[in-house]
Amino acid sequence: MSVVTEVSPDGQKLTISVKGRFDFGRHQEFRESYERLPKKPDSIVVDLKEATYLDSSALGMLLLLRDHAGGDNSDVRVVNSSSDVRKILAISNFDKLFDIT
Amino acid sequence: MQVQEPLTILIAEDSAADRLLLSTIVRRQGHEVLTAANGAEAVDLFRRQQPDLVLMDAMMPVMDGFEAARQIKALAGETLVPIIFLTSLTESEALARCLEAGGDDFLAKPYNQVILAAKIKAMDRLRRLQATVLQQRDLIAKHHDYLLNEQRVAKAVFDKVAHSGCLSAANIRYLQSPYALFNGDLLLAAYTPAGDMHVLLGDFTGHGLPAAVGAMPLAEVFYGMTAKGYGLAETLREMNAKLKRILPVDMFCCATLLCLSFQRRSVEVWNGGMPDGYLHRIASGERVPLAARHLPLGVLSAQAFDDRTEVHPMAAGDRVFLLSDGVIDTSDASDQLFGVERLQQVFAANREPDRLFEDIEQALRDFRGEARDDVSMVEVSLLEPAQVKPSAPVYSDSGQSCPLDWSVSFEFRGATLKRFNPLPYLLQLLLEVHGLRAQSGALYSVLAELYSNALEHGVLGLDSSLKRDAAGFARYYQQRNDRLEALQDGFVRVHLQVQPQGEGGCLVIRVEDSGKGFDVARVMERPLDGVRLSGRGVSLVRQLGRNASWSDEGRSARVEFSWEVEA
Repeated sequence: MSVVTEVSPDGQKLTISVKGRFDFGRHQEFRESYERLPKKPDSIVVDLKEATYLDSSALGMLLLLRDHAGGDNSDVRVVNSSSDVRKILAISNFDKLFDIT
Repeated sequence: MQVQEPLTILIAEDSAADRLLLSTIVRRQGHEVLTAANGAEAVDLFRRQQPDLVLMDAMMPVMDGFEAARQIKALAGETLVPIIFLTSLTESEALARCLEAGGDDFLAKPYNQVILAAKIKAMDRLRRLQATVLQQRDLIAKHHDYLLNEQRVAKAVFDKVAHSGCLSAANIRYLQSPYALFNGDLLLAAYTPAGDMHVLLGDFTGHGLPAAVGAMPLAEVFYGMTAKGYGLAETLREMNAKLKRILPVDMFCCATLLCLSFQRRSVEVWNGGMPDGYLHRIASGERVPLAARHLPLGVLSAQAFDDRTEVHPMAAGDRVFLLSDGVIDTSDASDQLFGVERLQQVFAANREPDRLFEDIEQALRDFRGEARDDVSMVEVSLLEPAQVKPSAPVYSDSGQSCPLDWSVSFEFRGATLKRFNPLPYLLQLLLEVHGLRAQSGALYSVLAELYSNALEHGVLGLDSSLKRDAAGFARYYQQRNDRLEALQDGFVRVHLQVQPQGEGGCLVIRVEDSGKGFDVARVMERPLDGVRLSGRGVSLVRQLGRNASWSDEGRSARVEFSWEVEA
């Protein structure tokens, strides 16, 4: 599994970890990881610790996630991004939409 | 288990007794039987009746089984017609010959019915598998042709739209794969009415048709608004709003938009999500990065969208280089990215600026061994204004309803000045007067200069002498943004008056502002050189319009345009 999800015991926080290449091939898994939840979590963390690469369709997937989580009112954080991944996020100025660390 | 469909089986056997025995066995298993007494007969029967499977004796008169097998395989082509050799041969060399001749299996004499039935069944499975593979291959090929044809048609239509601009202008060099559109890459260029050049390099998310669909509306907005004289900010707002409206949430377009002004010797840049572009100053060899400061187009709502641009001064011969992420994201066999550092090494090693693309391509090949199909690069250089030859716009109306005697006055106040650019509307209005159309470029340039002088030096009180050097140039545009943001009061008034005059007519433009004015006498003393970075506006207006004059201590400008014969 290259997309692993974990929901906190109180169901408030969803953590999605992506491993390897985060590209169009992860589309289905990534979407299902939050769509299949019975209840929308208050906050979502996307953990990219083990993501090696991220392409523009991954950026699109992050936008879909943000939209699903409530758009401008959403709380989506992207954590543990490597320097390569962070460069890509920086070029796209996604730090204006997501809390990236 | 699936019931076996009856097959047509050809039996080639020179012994009449064996032939009869085999025929009986095979028929009893439910198959149709054709018989031949030697290889030549077998080939002939095969040609006429196309059996599904062949049982072939190896040793026969006239033509032996080996030769017959070769000929039948050749006739069958891609279709698998299994050949089972019937043989009393036992040496392994002879058995190998059966397979080399195209046989698929062999059956030792005397015949064992159970094994024969099993072998026929197994061969039939193979035969069906091959038929399915062929059928699917043909289907895929058909779909592929269909898709290629669709792409060809879509590309032809799109090229008509995309290349309606000025990509072929002498100062533009670009490199794009022929089907870049289907990789989401988009390159557009067009002249504004004032003779500036707008260039867009964009990159839609994804590949294939989804990546290409957004290109058409984007190109339409780009060309439509550029031709009407809208600036980068308005064009960007419209493009963003349109893409936001029509694209799904996960689709967007990274883009860099440039406005190259040959008159002002500057480039205005907006970069949303594209890799750094570079402004290459030839004199110093310096490359100023044009970094992404914004989210891509189609992500933010119209309210949240940020249209702020940066302006850099340029000298004639300076170049702006833009590239798509296909260049820096090209990866080698071990998933290493080409990256910005390697690109900058190519810049550093580049000796002939005209060979930059080739140097980059070579570096990509050395790095990876094969080129990616979504590499787009464009380089635009700043020409002397005299070298620029924008194409004349084409008007479609008949010229029967040309208004020749009218005047109109506008007053644009604080909140309007912040956001609204009235120039395209004013120009559209004036171009209803057909006699003015021949001078639309000069007319727009003069209107634009007068308006921006009134706004920037008048209402905003910006000091044009700031623009004397490159650092001041940047500071000037920073101050312009800040003061415009904070603007409360002030106005710019535009009065237009059109009157018939003999066979032709005359237009008087007056532009007034609420600013402090300037020392008219001192500015008018300057020679009409137009070389310095600062104060070029006034000398441009004096060169392009007639009887340019300033009154009310510089707060009111007046200039005329006239024409002789009704166009």
